[in-house]
Amino acid sequence: MARIDLVDLAHSYGGNDAAPESFALKPVTMTWRQGGAYALLGPSGCGKTTLLNLISGIVTPSRGKILFDGADITPLSTQKRNIAQVFQFPVIYDTMTVGQNLAFPLKNRGVPKAEVDARVRQIADLLDLTPHLGRKATRLTADAKQKISLGRGLVRSDVAAILFDEPLTVIDPELKWQLRSKLKALHRELDLTMIYVTHDQTEALTFADTVVVMHDGRVVQSGTPAELFDRPEHTFVGYFIGSPGMNIVPAEVRGREARISGHPIALQRSYDALPPGAKIEVGVRPEFVDVAAPAPGLLSANIERIDDLGRVRFARVRIGDTKFAARVPSGFSVSGDTAGLVFDPSHVHVYADSRLVEGTA
Amino acid sequence: MDKTVNQKAWFLVLPVFLVVAFSAILPLMTVVNYSMQDTFGNNQFFWNGVGWFKELLDPSTDLGGRFLASLGRNLLFSAIILAIEVPLGIVIALSMPRDGWSVAACLVILALPLLIPWNVVGTIWQIFGRPDIGLLGYVLTSLGIDYNYVSNEFDAWATVIVMDVWHWTSLVALLCYAGLKSIPDAYYQAAQIDGASRWAVFKAIQLPKMNRVLLIAVLLRFMDSFMIYTEPFVVTGGGPGNSTTFVSIELVKIALGQFDLGKAAALSLVYNLIILIVCWVFYTVMTNAGNERPAKQGVE
Repeated sequence: MARIDLVDLAHSYGGNDAAPESFALKPVTMTWRQGGAYALLGPSGCGKTTLLNLISGIVTPSRGKILFDGADITPLSTQKRNIAQVFQFPVIYDTMTVGQNLAFPLKNRGVPKAEVDARVRQIADLLDLTPHLGRKATRLTADAKQKISLGRGLVRSDVAAILFDEPLTVIDPELKWQLRSKLKALHRELDLTMIYVTHDQTEALTFADTVVVMHDGRVVQSGTPAELFDRPEHTFVGYFIGSPGMNIVPAEVRGREARISGHPIALQRSYDALPPGAKIEVGVRPEFVDVAAPAPGLLSANIERIDDLGRVRFARVRIGDTKFAARVPSGFSVSGDTAGLVFDPSHVHVYADSRLVEGTA
Repeated sequence: MDKTVNQKAWFLVLPVFLVVAFSAILPLMTVVNYSMQDTFGNNQFFWNGVGWFKELLDPSTDLGGRFLASLGRNLLFSAIILAIEVPLGIVIALSMPRDGWSVAACLVILALPLLIPWNVVGTIWQIFGRPDIGLLGYVLTSLGIDYNYVSNEFDAWATVIVMDVWHWTSLVALLCYAGLKSIPDAYYQAAQIDGASRWAVFKAIQLPKMNRVLLIAVLLRFMDSFMIYTEPFVVTGGGPGNSTTFVSIELVKIALGQFDLGKAAALSLVYNLIILIVCWVFYTVMTNAGNERPAKQGVE
């Protein structure tokens, strides 16, 4: 168990001399507390797996340091780091039974047999693997195999952190949910630091207390699911989290007013000191824009289609050439091709060059 | 049962049937025919029933004695070369680079012995081992080792075995290398995290994953060594005495040397039968090894 500090950590597969822009992971400094559940979320190629491999020691960083509880472990090999990792595809030892698989890490470390047996039974119990202990591990289903992979990490009492590299990729959808709840329960029970890499926002948001969103080798925001939803610090976060994602539209902002296609929208805070020359955009989640009957004073938009998600309906509209999504209030029936949009001022954010700008009250 | 009767299909099968008949069935039947008869030349044949087969299996007769002795030598030879080539091939495969330009170089060097025709291999080693002009023989003799594969049984065996190892270990190594290459990196990373030693990695990951290719390698090497003819024939001619006379060499001696077509036919049928049985055993083992995996599973 450990607190993990990343200090100015960066990595390039082309070596340290590669151009800064080509780094798979651009310099990042952050602290992950002991016992936290973290998710690294981002699209393919955003550097999240690189970051995970740096922590597990499979990849050695080009720059920077990794500290476990304050101790620099950057030069240590994977074996000496006391981490456990669950991979995308189940890794199990074919010739061994489930029990032998679970015992393998302890046996390699020369733990006495009685202790190994007790620990294996305990972990098998925790993971509901007890009935399978004597079976050949190859004969189990993919989700059970992933549990074995996880179990091999859990049996060790010295584990500092457990890393998950998209562990649910090969699991059937209905089992995915079960296994995710199991992970969550284990996290509460065991007080372990868990780091979970995924490109699936549902997985990330349900698993983690802190989600680290990555984009193009950079950490763009790290926060609770609610923070990511309510106050995306980067347009990418707004767009990537949420379904449908945040509306990002170019606008002119002056004081407490934003103009979208010349139409004024009220803002809750005042934006007087916007950086000159920056690309100014307004971001608002579809959940905070309501479709209404066209009326003077409302921003009007052309309706393209309505997505009915059952519990809620979203209208896909166009403001000029810009695509936009807005909530259709329950009971409202859409008629005609145009509609007015009603904004909730407290949830309209202003972005300069893709970064959130704090207004003044 | 509404089956469409279409006799035209027989015409389509006919060419294959004819080819197989002329290339396999008819010659085999000729051999079966010979195996029941005895000949004294001049195309005169006499019915002998299963006499030759009885003799073959009876060590007290000349034919049986020769057959069983050569069979014993052959099995010993196969056992020895398997015991050397399989572990050696695994070790070579394990020590080969996993990527980079050196992979291609290693593969080419390994493949070289496999590309040399059998009788050339025999000739190479026949000359290589000669004490007067061969590098190996000359060096050994100069070192004071009394090496002569023409007159010493042990030296003859050693030469034939080393020659086979030189010729065929590459095959085992290449097959094992293919097996090793198919193991995803995650397995090695997981083993590293689990603190596995080099030996544990070999036992828990590499050997099980090489299982199937190893079976194929053992099958191929067993069959080939069990049917070996050319190389020992070129090097030792089956000598000194009969010490390196394997079944196929014995067979040729009986058939072409003595022109005992009946005995030779009986011997070749039994020889064939042994090979078929071994093949079948291996095939069954291999298919069962495949069935052990569950039907439903993720990508491995």
